[in-house]
Amino acid sequence: MDIPPTDRSHDISQPLERLSPDETMKAESDYLRGTIALGLLDRITGAVPGDDIKLMKFHGIYQQDDRDVRDERRRQKLEPAYQFMVRVRLPGGICTPEQWLKITELACAHGGDTLRMTTRQTFQFHWILKDSIVPTIRGLHEVLLDTVAACGDDSRGVMATVDPQFPALQAQMAALAKQVSDHVIPKTHAYHEIWYGAERVASSEPEEPFYGRTYMPRKFKIGFVIPPSNDIDIYAQDLGYIAIAGPDGKLEGFNVAVGGGMGRTDQAPHTYPRTATVIGFIPSDRLMSVTDAVMSVQRDFGNRADRARARFKYTVDDKGVDWIKAAIEARAGAPLEPARPYEFTSNGDRYGWTESDDGHHHFTIFIQNGRLTRPLLDALATVARAHKGKLRLTPNQNLIIADIAAEDRPAMEALLTETGLAAANDQSVLRLNAMACVAFPTCGLAMAESERYLPDLITKVEAILAKYGLEKEPITMRMTGCPNGCARPYIAEIAFTGRAPGKYNLYLGGGFHGERLNRMYRENIGEPAILEALDEVLGRYAAERLPGEHLGDFTIRAGIIREVTEGRFSND
Amino acid sequence: MTASQFPGAALTAEQWRLVEALGASLNPQQARWISGYFAGLDSGLLRGGVQAGAAPLALPSAAAAPGTRALTILYGSETGNSAELAANLAAAAREQGLDPVLADMGEYKTRKLKDEQDLLILISTHGEGDPPQPAAGFFDFVESRKAPKLPNLRYAVLALGDMTYEHFCGAGKRLDERFEVLGGSRLRARVDCDVDYEEPAEAWGIEMLAMLAADRVDAVPAVATTGAMVVPAPQPAAAASAYGKRNPFPATVIENMVLAGRGSTKETRHIEISIEDSGLQYEPGDALGIVSRNDPALVDSLLGALHMEGDAPLTVKGHATTLAEALADRFEITTATQRFLDHWGELTSATESFSAMSSAERAEFLHGNHIIDIVRAFPLQGIDPQRFVDGLRPLQPRLYSIASSLAVVPDEVHLTVSPVRYALHGEPRSGVASGHLADRAPVDSQLQVYIQSNPHFRLPDDDRPIIMIGAGTGVAPYRSFLQEREARGSNGRSWLFFGERNFRTDFLYQIEWQTWLKDDILTRMDVAFSRDHAEKVYVQHRISEQARDVYAWLEEGAHVYVCGDATHLAPDVHEALLNVVEEQASIQREAAEEYFRDLQRDGRYQRDVY
Ligand code: SRM
Ligand SMILES: Cc1cc2nc3c(=O)[nH]c(=O)nc-3n(C[C@H](O)[C@H](O)[C@H](O)COP(=O)(O)OP(=O)(O)OC[C@H]3O[C@@H](n4cnc5c(N)ncnc54)[C@H](O)[C@@H]3O)c2cc1C
Ligand SMILES: Cc1cc2nc3c(=O)[nH]c(=O)nc-3n(C[C@H](O)[C@H](O)[C@H](O)COP(=O)(O)O)c2cc1C
Ligand code: SF4
Repeated sequence: MDIPPTDRSHDISQPLERLSPDETMKAESDYLRGTIALGLLDRITGAVPGDDIKLMKFHGIYQQDDRDVRDERRRQKLEPAYQFMVRVRLPGGICTPEQWLKITELACAHGGDTLRMTTRQTFQFHWILKDSIVPTIRGLHEVLLDTVAACGDDSRGVMATVDPQFPALQAQMAALAKQVSDHVIPKTHAYHEIWYGAERVASSEPEEPFYGRTYMPRKFKIGFVIPPSNDIDIYAQDLGYIAIAGPDGKLEGFNVAVGGGMGRTDQAPHTYPRTATVIGFIPSDRLMSVTDAVMSVQRDFGNRADRARARFKYTVDDKGVDWIKAAIEARAGAPLEPARPYEFTSNGDRYGWTESDDGHHHFTIFIQNGRLTRPLLDALATVARAHKGKLRLTPNQNLIIADIAAEDRPAMEALLTETGLAAANDQSVLRLNAMACVAFPTCGLAMAESERYLPDLITKVEAILAKYGLEKEPITMRMTGCPNGCARPYIAEIAFTGRAPGKYNLYLGGGFHGERLNRMYRENIGEPAILEALDEVLGRYAAERLPGEHLGDFTIRAGIIREVTEGRFSND
Repeated sequence: MTASQFPGAALTAEQWRLVEALGASLNPQQARWISGYFAGLDSGLLRGGVQAGAAPLALPSAAAAPGTRALTILYGSETGNSAELAANLAAAAREQGLDPVLADMGEYKTRKLKDEQDLLILISTHGEGDPPQPAAGFFDFVESRKAPKLPNLRYAVLALGDMTYEHFCGAGKRLDERFEVLGGSRLRARVDCDVDYEEPAEAWGIEMLAMLAADRVDAVPAVATTGAMVVPAPQPAAAASAYGKRNPFPATVIENMVLAGRGSTKETRHIEISIEDSGLQYEPGDALGIVSRNDPALVDSLLGALHMEGDAPLTVKGHATTLAEALADRFEITTATQRFLDHWGELTSATESFSAMSSAERAEFLHGNHIIDIVRAFPLQGIDPQRFVDGLRPLQPRLYSIASSLAVVPDEVHLTVSPVRYALHGEPRSGVASGHLADRAPVDSQLQVYIQSNPHFRLPDDDRPIIMIGAGTGVAPYRSFLQEREARGSNGRSWLFFGERNFRTDFLYQIEWQTWLKDDILTRMDVAFSRDHAEKVYVQHRISEQARDVYAWLEEGAHVYVCGDATHLAPDVHEALLNVVEEQASIQREAAEEYFRDLQRDGRYQRDVY
């Protein structure tokens, strides 16, 4: 099978100078080494120089600065308060209590006493100063964790359903996620040299057999989901695998979904979120070869001239789903089978105690926006010290204390009560189903508050819900500080994306379990206008909804918002 | 002037009658001659060459051959007080027909010392009983075995100091005693001055000149035979302006902000002051004198503790004022002196408990109890306000290194100020001047300022390399240096060692150094932040780490500057520099010390520490 002919004027076949400058930067980085090691030694600045900022992302490290003090520091003749965000690679979001405790310890030693559990099931340290990066990364190494390719133009952290409904499948999925993650990470030795102080060894082997010198055109995200839970938001992944079990409950294979993604830019209609397209089914033994095939198609045909169009979702739309499917099949050496039926019911988490059929008990704790600070960190450390199972980070920024043996449950219950964690879930349904991205003060791209504001806004929306007797209605609500969409807002029933301090776009009409994109309902409005608009919509919802009808579906049926059928039409 | 400063001549009633009778019969010229005569007699007595009561004919040779002796006024000064007094004294001497040579110990050619005849010495004390920086080389020489015998020398010492220091006037005492050992004869006993030195210093000057002028009633001006360089009065800048220490300029604050970033353990400030239309000029290395006022809240508390009314009339140095005014800007009302303790002890009945203390206990007590604490602990009602202020010291101006260059900011003076804050008896307290600058000097307010020239902290020629070492506010003059070098387009290399507590918050003027580094105005910079890591790192450690290059720069003629803390930084840096030279040149400790003495003598090792 051959890949059908296509326009190659923007891809890797072109000389570097025709492509975006980032391609040259990557090519000349000596496989992600750049001058990182040297820049770390410069004591005059807390920053690293030029291109190293971008290269360090491939090592899971983002240079940031405390934006709360940016202006006052400039007046104080101080450089911005440079610091680094360090993102752990944690396939499937699972860690041991030992790892949890180490991470907590590192956060308290170097990370300003705070940790962030992300929408892709991992930890982020913030507030790490330049000379604390090495100790942080070495500390992670002690518990066999790293930050390789947690960011950058490569395959990012691999997600997997953590909902404990099907423990056997879930364990299998977690193992596969780890396997795929290990398979797709960069192989350069640079990480070991820079962060662990390893010697550079000469070798005749290519340093990056899969990626080559220029890696991927842009970030690439893979996830595994086990229906009926869509906790990982499969439609937001570049490459999604939907687990298909046989009648015996055993894994048979995966439906393959391609070209999902959230990021868009305001006033740039050629950018848009896109829900992934399911293109077929593969038996589980083809997982690695199909992963390679999909990634290599994006690697070789993705747009490297315009970074705003470099994500796989645009490659899929630019080439067409059929062409993409054919190209994947050509690379994978065999056609995909027809997709199998599956059904999702929710993309949220099931809070509190659950019991799985393997006799294990699990406790899911609501963590507002995934933000861990003291004394919450201490309470969780107490639990981790006593816990014999695993800890799972959910894609909704929450935490599952997983795999508790039946006989240990009473002790754990007592501990949860003692530490106050048992009460963490006593929240409104709205709050339990909401997510916000990080935004201020660390995110360099934030235009408006998100994590620090959504809790207040929810309190105000709760009042509206109460007014209309809707307090028990599950509604997904998400906020991001800019249109990049890190909390996957474009598939929420109500969403906000930041435009300027205090100003947001308001979106309505997303699918309750993440299957449909929403559409902008109001642009660039402040809190009073937000509350006014929601009051009206929710009032109508209370009065006019059908039994069991979700808000997203209602807003479309009622004509409040026009349905978005495909990402590329979402700006129409 | 206290009794201890002028040990009284305990005359018998008969002697006193004779003196009075003689005095009444003299014209001014005769009076001067007589005073010189007695001075000579006195010095002879001190040397033990003359028996008490021996015939006046056995006078020292000087008095026998008036008019032939050369006069040198030699001063050692760090913050300019002695220098200013010396310059005034020289002017007064000339007015009286004397022909003095005015010399700074920092530039004095010591081999000429043996030829000196009459030497008036004005010397302050710094550090812990140490000589002023510029005079260090002079002291080394005089106190070494190389010092010549001085049998023909007549001398007198005016020592400046501060009674709150343990080694009060230590440097003055050392010189005074050393010259005696070397064979010199005192023209009169040493006078030790506290911070309110003006009056005793003036009296000393008048007396000394009277004595010397009387010596040479008929003298033709002597040819200067000494080797001292004639240095101009050390206030060329101040001279251009009508404003000075005693007549400060009311300058306007145009910026006053905290320089340390949020979360800092420090409160270091950047203050910009307009000196427009003042005629004040300064050079990089100079300091700004601030004539401060006490905190009005403290004045009120003190009045309350004393049960006195602020509007009680009072006379201070002949000026009628009120108690509140006087406490606000005439006297130090924070830290107490030994004298205050004695004074207050006498007024209350606490003398017993104070005099029972050992001197260490007294020092300890004074550290923990300032004036208001003593007044509160030993209260007294109904005393005359005048009696209270008699125990106080006059409020002294404070100096701040200038952190700007006129070449870049004409009409402005920038300062880097670290406010002194501490707590006593559970109350927050602040330093007088630094607290004033931090809390009561908002933009548009006025400050009384003058320029304090510091000829011993100067940039070398433009093409010379410089090594600047400083911690905390000690970095201030280097900002001035680099502004100046940038404006002049100097091509000399420069290297800054800077230390503070935390990188993130305390990297004073960080963006400016970064820009100067980028533009190659600053060639190198090494920083040490002591509180970022478990293990403390200071500038001296960075100097040691860079030993090879530091030595190379020295050998290439670099000038070295040290500014900031006198108690730790200066000695530790000195030690590190000695080690660098010892190690890199493979020489012994003594040779390394010699190396730096030479640098110091050549003006290549300059320190401004406080
Ligand atoms: C921490 C996290 C949000 C959270 O609240 O949990 C996050 C935080 C950031 N994202 Fe994200 N993204 C996070 C999940 C996502 C997701 C959700 C997902 O992947 O399921 C998306 C949407 C999906 C997608 O990729 O389209 C997402 C789309 C972006 C984009 C837009 C990409 C695009 O194609 O347009 C950017 C900006 C960029 O890459 O240029 C971005 C960039 C960033 C950066 C690194 C900002 C930057 O580039 O300087 C943010 C760091 C903020 C901080 O201070 O921590 N982040 N980001 C999530 C970390 C995930 C992880 O563990 O790897
Ligand atoms: C040449 C020179 C240059 C200088 N340059 C600068 C400069 O650039 N920047 C700068 O900030 N300073 C500089 N200084 C220091 C400055 O002149 C002042 O000495 C300093 O600001 C303190 O003055 P103040 O009036 O605020 O404090 P003061 O009122 O003089 O108070 C200091 C006194 O407070 C008492 N005290 C302090 N802490 C405690 C405590 N914990 N317990 C009890 N008592 C305590 C002590 O008695 C101490 O002597 C310089 C000094 C010199 C001589
Ligand atoms: C940092 C510093 C240390 C001082 N140490 C002493 C000391 O140990 N003993 C003393 O009597 N005076 C000490 N003084 C007071 C000075 O001698 C006094 O202010 C004097 O007037 C300064 O004269 P100058 O300006 O000529 O140097 C010190 C002053 C400073 C600024
Ligand atoms: S959505 Fe925007 S503001 Fe929020 S974390 Fe992502 S990049 Fe930052």
